[in-house]
Amino acid sequence: MTNENNHAAAPINRLVEEFHKLPGIGPKTAQRLAYYLIRMPDENARSLAEAIVAVKESVEMCSRCFNITEADPCSICSAPDRDETTVCVVEEPLDVLALQRTHSYTGLYHVLHGVISPMNGIGPDDLKIQPLLGRIRDGDIQEVILATNPNLEGEATAMYIHKLLEPLGVRLTRPARGLPVGGDLEYADEATLGRAMDGRQSF
Amino acid sequence: MRQRTYTTEGLVIRQFPLGEADRILTIFTQDMGKVRLVAKGVRRPKSKLGGHLELLYQVSFSAAYGRNLDVVNEAQTVQRFAEISEDLDRLSRAVYMCELVDSFSAERSASYSLYQHIIASLTALCSTDDTWLLVRHFEAQLLGVTGFRPELRLCVECGTDLAPADHVFDVSSGGVVCPNCQVQGLSAVLPVQLNAMKVLRLLQRERTFASVAGVRVTPPVRHDVERLLTTHIRYVVERALKSADFVRQVSEL
Repeated sequence: MTNENNHAAAPINRLVEEFHKLPGIGPKTAQRLAYYLIRMPDENARSLAEAIVAVKESVEMCSRCFNITEADPCSICSAPDRDETTVCVVEEPLDVLALQRTHSYTGLYHVLHGVISPMNGIGPDDLKIQPLLGRIRDGDIQEVILATNPNLEGEATAMYIHKLLEPLGVRLTRPARGLPVGGDLEYADEATLGRAMDGRQSF
Repeated sequence: MRQRTYTTEGLVIRQFPLGEADRILTIFTQDMGKVRLVAKGVRRPKSKLGGHLELLYQVSFSAAYGRNLDVVNEAQTVQRFAEISEDLDRLSRAVYMCELVDSFSAERSASYSLYQHIIASLTALCSTDDTWLLVRHFEAQLLGVTGFRPELRLCVECGTDLAPADHVFDVSSGGVVCPNCQVQGLSAVLPVQLNAMKVLRLLQRERTFASVAGVRVTPPVRHDVERLLTTHIRYVVERALKSADFVRQVSEL
C-alpha cells in the first residue's frame, strides 16, 4: 500500500493499512472507510475503537462447546433449560447463531472451528474433534447431530466423526436435506431434489 | 471481436470460500486445461449455481472471461460420483487424485487424455473394492500422460535391458539403475523387488483400470510400489501432497 506517491498523512495510511487487512476490504474501500472515520463525530469513532478493544479483551472460547462467549462456560452450556443429552456439531460459531434463530433446537452445541479440507492442508487434528470425544465419553449425551455444511468437505468431516463416534454407542444423526423455502424447483440440483423426494412427508 | 463467454465441461478439483457467499473454483476442463473461476453467491441456499459446483462434480458450465478469474454464469451437473461422497476411504482417495491433477496440469493448457483418465478413474473408484490399486494405477498412468513416466525397462545409465532381478530406483534420474552402473552413496536410491517391478510395469502398460483390477498384490509389494510412485511424484512436483496425510489418517481409522 505505501509508496512514495502516497501523500496522505501517516496516521491515515496506518488506518488504511489496518482496514486493508480485513476480509473483503480492498485498497479503495480501505481508503473510503478511513476518510469516512475522519469526518465521523468523535464519540462514534471512540465507541468503535472501544468496541474493537472490548471484543478482543472480554471474549473467549467456551471450554465445553468452543463457542465464542463472554463467560466460560457459555450461556448455552450453562442454561438450565437446555437438553443436555443432545449435542449439535457445527463448523463455525456463526452456525450456532443460525440454528439458534430457528427456535426449534433446544440441545447443546459443539463448534469444530473449521472443516476437514485435505487439499488446503486442514486435517482432523486441526479441529476440535478430540474434545468432542471427551465430552461424549464423560457426559450423558445420547444423540449427536452432525450439522456440518452439506458439501463435500462438510460431508467428509461428518463421516470422519461418525467413524470415531460409532463405537461409543451414541445415536448419530444428520439434518434433513431438501428444498429451500421460496426456492425454485427448476434450479434445484439433482442431489437436493433427490433427497427431498426421498424424505417427503405426508401433507 | 473476441468472444466474451465460453461453454465447456470439466471436473471441479479445488475450491475455497471468497467473501460473503462466493467461492473460487479450480475446474479441470476437457478442452482448456485448468481454469480458475469465481462462482458468485454459490454458498447461499437459494443460489441457482449451488449444488452444481461442488468438489468432484463433473459439470457443464458457461463462464465469462475475467481480467484475473473468469466468472461462472451457468452450471449443470453431468455426473456427481455419489458413491465416492458417501464413503470416507473413496472420498479421501478421490481428493488425493484431484490434488495430483492440480499439481500436474497447467492453466489454459488442454490435456484431453488426462481429463479422460481422471473421469474414468473416478468412475471406477465408485465401484472397485481395491481403492489402493486404483490410485496406484491412476498415478502410473498420470505420470505417463504428463511425460514423467519412471523408466522401469532399461537402465537409465547405460540403456541396457534390465535382467529380471531385484533392482534399485534412482530418484533423481527417475528410473532403475542396473547393478553395473550403480555407484554407492551418490544419489538417493530405493530398492525395488522383482515382484514390485512387475506390478509397476503392468500399471504403466494397461490404460484402463479394468485390465489390472483383480490383480493380487501382497502387502510387502504394495509397500514397495506405493513408496516408489509417491517418492517419484514428490520429486517431480517438488513438494509433498497435502491430501496424502488425510488418506493415511482415514486408512488408520
